[in-house]
Amino acid sequence: MKRIALIFTALVCLFLCSCGSQSEKKVVNVYNWGEYISDGSEGTMDVNAAFEEYYYETYGEAIEVVYTTYASNEDMYAKLKSGAAGYDVIIPSDYMIARLIEEDMLEKLDFSNIPNYANISEEFRDLYYDPSNEYSIPYTYGMVGVIYNSTVVDEADAGTWDLLWNSKYSGRILQFNNSRDAFGTAMYKLGLDVNTTSESEWRMALEELKAQQPLVQGYVMDEIFNKMESGEAAISAYYAGDYLCMTENNEDLCFFYPTDEDGNYVTNLFVDAYCIPKGAANKELAEIYINYMLSEEPAIANAEYIYYASPNSAVYESEVYMDDMGEEAMEILYPEDFSFHENYNKLSYHNLDSETLQLVNNLWEELKISSATGEVVYVLAILIIVGLIGYGIYHAVIKRKREKYYI
Amino acid sequence: MKTLSKVYTMLIFVILYAPIAVMVLFSFNASNSTGVFTGFSLYWYKELLSDPATLSALKNTLILAVTSSCIATIIGTVAAVGISKLKNKHTQNAIMTVTNIPMMNPDIVTGISMMLLFVFVSAKLGASQSLGFGTVLIAHVTFNLPYVILSVMPKIRQMDRHLTEAAMDLGCTPFQAFCKVEFPAILPGIISGAIMAFTLSLDDFVISYFTTGNGFETLPIRIYSMTKKRVTPDMYALSTLIFIAVLVLLILSNVAQGDDKKKTRRAKK
Repeated sequence: MKRIALIFTALVCLFLCSCGSQSEKKVVNVYNWGEYISDGSEGTMDVNAAFEEYYYETYGEAIEVVYTTYASNEDMYAKLKSGAAGYDVIIPSDYMIARLIEEDMLEKLDFSNIPNYANISEEFRDLYYDPSNEYSIPYTYGMVGVIYNSTVVDEADAGTWDLLWNSKYSGRILQFNNSRDAFGTAMYKLGLDVNTTSESEWRMALEELKAQQPLVQGYVMDEIFNKMESGEAAISAYYAGDYLCMTENNEDLCFFYPTDEDGNYVTNLFVDAYCIPKGAANKELAEIYINYMLSEEPAIANAEYIYYASPNSAVYESEVYMDDMGEEAMEILYPEDFSFHENYNKLSYHNLDSETLQLVNNLWEELKISSATGEVVYVLAILIIVGLIGYGIYHAVIKRKREKYYI
Repeated sequence: MKTLSKVYTMLIFVILYAPIAVMVLFSFNASNSTGVFTGFSLYWYKELLSDPATLSALKNTLILAVTSSCIATIIGTVAAVGISKLKNKHTQNAIMTVTNIPMMNPDIVTGISMMLLFVFVSAKLGASQSLGFGTVLIAHVTFNLPYVILSVMPKIRQMDRHLTEAAMDLGCTPFQAFCKVEFPAILPGIISGAIMAFTLSLDDFVISYFTTGNGFETLPIRIYSMTKKRVTPDMYALSTLIFIAVLVLLILSNVAQGDDKKKTRRAKK
């Protein structure tokens, strides 16, 4: 017994010691999307390790990048809001930045620590989510386009959102499985404002989605990669950068940005940007980290790893980067004659107020339930639950009776 | 009828193992596609071994699973022995119900309530960084406990109480009686409880997600966060390796058990 107690105390001591020693080293806590940084896999540059080295060489002190990942803006928001963990650098998307600023959850950046901000193109300043450029520095941006399989789809049908509603390709069309993106496709098609608060306009979009429903093979997110590459589905809307990944595995896939009647692009634009959350323990280190990531070498490594477009002139003007990406990829990621700045505020998703958000969710439910299987599933689920409860009660009664008789 | 039942069994096995077979197949894919098989290669296994982030997530997961299952096994066994010694049947039932609640609770409820508790307590204590390895460990021990108790309890009930009494009659102290008689008798229950706790802790996502802080990332969290882009095939390679390891472990433990049974049977004869 004594020995066990001894081992136990030793373990506890060890545990406490290991906790204590961690806090002494300088750290910068980075919270980013998964697979959203060049991390050294597949022979790429490990930018976090490179930063640690750079910091040691420049400031003569060791630093550790504590890097964690999340799957969605909402996940990140929940973690941040709980106040549970201290992060120094986060990379949310545009609408989430607007919300974080509104709720006073971001620190103003000290740009004297981030001279490389000069690398960021003028196009990416004064955007709606951070109108005075105080809280965020763009990391990547991108546009949604339509991917289609050229062996199935006639090229004459491509060019606009109508392709996703074309009954010729019934059963081979994929639609987004999240309300904002799915409604977005319908609203761009109809020429509506994607940030409208008018209920009738949202309902119009719903009708459009309902009309599309019989043609749709499925509502999917990640499975798009799989289904498009294997040729199971022929048409879907997705991000340009991800199309470039898919086309590596299936050369028949083609891509376009949908246009309206006048030939202007109408599609979703997004920006993900570096921010520092309120209460960051190592704000200055965070700024040094961001500054480093904006410099040429790591920025190119990240852009090549993620495959999304970069707002950093050190990247998109670099010969090396252009060579590595190839001409076709450059054309797709950085479309010519397209002013990001002019179109962004109009076309991108803004943060919806809670009432509209509720409405959109309800309409989305309506769409999902209106599919034939919806009701059957609910009925079945209820039947199963009732059956289980009934069985449980029956069993309990029998058991009690038996206990009465036999014991 | 016999062929029918054979077909049925086969079908069940196919449905159970087809996903794993597909995953194993694609872990040997030459390209990063999950839809098209372009050729056999060990590329993703090599990639896995040179991916520090994944390996550190694996290490974290294993450390967490081992420590949490060990602690839960110790506490759970002690608790089960204690509960079984209670004189009052009603208190015993009440305590069992209470210990079972974390098991019945949806993971998300446990996860969020744990997170709130940790944040609240650390705010009271004035700690700057509340979540981390310690908090995930506590959470995992909490949800592992009922499973350990549940698998140890029946073994205690099965055991003949008079054995302990006899041991004490023959001069053992109560503690010696526990170590020499009771403990060996309930050991199979303890081991199966520990294995259960280990596997549960290994693949838990929801509770770890809410209770972990920065810097401590487990494998399930890492894989889940890859969904913005796509899950890279080195994860298939890793899952394949884990699957094989578990399979070998299970086969070994089954063989060992089989030997045990044969021995006891022979002894009885």
